[in-house]
Amino acid sequence: MIKQILFVLALVLTLGIFAWTVNRLAAIFSLTKAAFPVRDIGQRIRLTLQVALGQSKILRRPVVGSMHALVWWGFLFILIGSIEMVIDGIAGTERILGNLGVVYDVIIALGDLFALLIALLILAFLFRRVFMHIKRFSGSEMTPHSHVDAKIALTLILFLMITLLGMNTFYILDASQSGHEVVGCYPVSRLLSGWFGGVTGQTAHTLHEINWWGHILGIFFFANYLPYSKHFHVFVSVPNVFLSNLAPLGKMTTMANITKEVKLMMDPDAAFVETTEDEPVERFGVCDVEDITWKHYLDSLACTQCGRCTSVCPANLTGKLLSPRKIVMNVRERMKEKGLKMIQNGKEWSDEKALLGDYVTAEELWACTTCNACARECPVNINQPAIILEMRRFLVMEQSAAPGELNQIFSNIENNGAPWQFSQEDRMQWAEELYMNQPVS
Amino acid sequence: METNTRKVEVPVLAELFSRNETAEYLFWVGSAGAFDDRYKKVTRAFVKVLTFLGVDYAVLGTEESSSGDVARRAGNEMLFQMQALMNIELLRNYGVKKVITCDPHVYNTFKNEYPDLGADFEVIHHSQFLSKMIEDGKLKLSPDIFRGKKLTYHDPCYLGRANGEYKAPRRIIESTHAELVEMKRNKSFALCCGAGGSQMFKEAEKGNKEVFIERTEDALETGAEMIVTACPYCMVMITDGLKYKNKNEEITNIDLAELVALSLNL
Repeated sequence: MIKQILFVLALVLTLGIFAWTVNRLAAIFSLTKAAFPVRDIGQRIRLTLQVALGQSKILRRPVVGSMHALVWWGFLFILIGSIEMVIDGIAGTERILGNLGVVYDVIIALGDLFALLIALLILAFLFRRVFMHIKRFSGSEMTPHSHVDAKIALTLILFLMITLLGMNTFYILDASQSGHEVVGCYPVSRLLSGWFGGVTGQTAHTLHEINWWGHILGIFFFANYLPYSKHFHVFVSVPNVFLSNLAPLGKMTTMANITKEVKLMMDPDAAFVETTEDEPVERFGVCDVEDITWKHYLDSLACTQCGRCTSVCPANLTGKLLSPRKIVMNVRERMKEKGLKMIQNGKEWSDEKALLGDYVTAEELWACTTCNACARECPVNINQPAIILEMRRFLVMEQSAAPGELNQIFSNIENNGAPWQFSQEDRMQWAEELYMNQPVS
Repeated sequence: METNTRKVEVPVLAELFSRNETAEYLFWVGSAGAFDDRYKKVTRAFVKVLTFLGVDYAVLGTEESSSGDVARRAGNEMLFQMQALMNIELLRNYGVKKVITCDPHVYNTFKNEYPDLGADFEVIHHSQFLSKMIEDGKLKLSPDIFRGKKLTYHDPCYLGRANGEYKAPRRIIESTHAELVEMKRNKSFALCCGAGGSQMFKEAEKGNKEVFIERTEDALETGAEMIVTACPYCMVMITDGLKYKNKNEEITNIDLAELVALSLNL
């Protein structure tokens, strides 16, 4: 009974802190602007199955991609065991889902196998982080904090896997020595229990309890660590994939407020139509928190800082300042920094800083070739160019701060309908004196 | 085979219209196709192929204007929409239903972006058009001209990643019986030539290398004697890359339209 009370207390505390954190992050969505309507649910489900469940994009790098995929698929089985632990903890039962029979055996056996596999994979990931020089793990945005964060997340997962195996191993010993039936099937822990055969009844029981509590409290801690970590993708990546922009990568969003203005300009009659003055003046493009759409923000929460985007960015590969990962990280950082203050102190709150300028520089933005390699690579369907191009829109339309050469092409297009300074009248010159061979029939 | 030389008259839509005629396809030449000296050759080659195939097409000629794609990607949505609405109006007045273009940037903006502003026409990239003609048996390329030659293909971002078209260009190259050697980064993994997103018209930001050199090195690694592209910007960049590497004498850089025109001996 005491165990149940302690468990419920721990659970309530965990959920309470989690709710508070998530609530704070979610409140920031109230500051965001509309992005696109979420339709085509069927297509979204297919996409989620393919990209999130099936790991199709992370597997574009087959070796390290399958390592991640195995961790993820294993996690799904282990999750069922974790849910069982919560039920057991509240109800004071032991292995309550054991009633499922063979299904339970299969799930638990897979969980047991995956626990070992994941532990080994996490060790490999830690080895990569600590001893190997992986280029995409470096970059100006990868602060010491980012590296520590990554290692903490990996270590916590390792801890969870070890305690899971420990829990299973000593459960087998405890149950068999006290004459109970061993519920479930444990390929790895059965083997381990053989190695720990010398452990006596009471010690086995205690070690089982220690590992059980260690595992579940580890999960509770991890759940509350995640929202403050790059590892938040555990929660956000699947929704982010589901809420992907389904348009082709090459399509930029059409700014409806511009369409209105352009139509007014192009239609001579419209000049005499009275315009409504009450509409708030909208800014063009993205400068700071208030211009960000919910999708930009969700993207930033889903980012794991894996750096696949930056590692394929032509600008970054050739030594330019631009790193798509940095831009996404900047959005998350700035949304939290200013967003929370805006919620507390009202939307007019300002710290005299802005995402554009203080976090992201024009030099980074102008280096983008809009090739979409980053977006194509992102395992969780973040659209980095969307944010970059929105900031360009602000630079050009609000600040008239385009590079000089681009201002030149703007005026060429306005004056002669081409980016180059050639007269529209010369558009057919290529067709002059055009001859071709024709077979003699 | 003996050949005669004939002059090609390019039909202009306004002239057809004045005679109450119309054309099945509008060939959108694009600013690069009309003004860039290198790409004008591609335009000419493609028109020869269209003429050879007897395609019912016309161009806008001096009525054509920028698609606005560059302006849009440079952040100037206002200018883009002005161009787009103007072009849409013009095409609507002519009742244009199908547009062919050699420029993946025009293809992308017409296909994906113009419909938001009221466009209602089909858009076909010339690689898709030519590939379809080959598939339908209407276009038979000589197997002898490129047989035994090693060719590599550079995927333009706006045809490939942006719109998922990887097959059509390869089908054309394969039907010349040339050997197609892929670069290490190809299809959806292809590296940009460096000119997209308005980079074509400005100096690159400070870095340690030009993107076009990086990409040209990919192409040179294949040992191909010809680099095939399907985009006016890629053409400029790869050409510059070959010059930079002093390979412009031995290795040529051609567009799919030229490849087809050559293998038809046009």
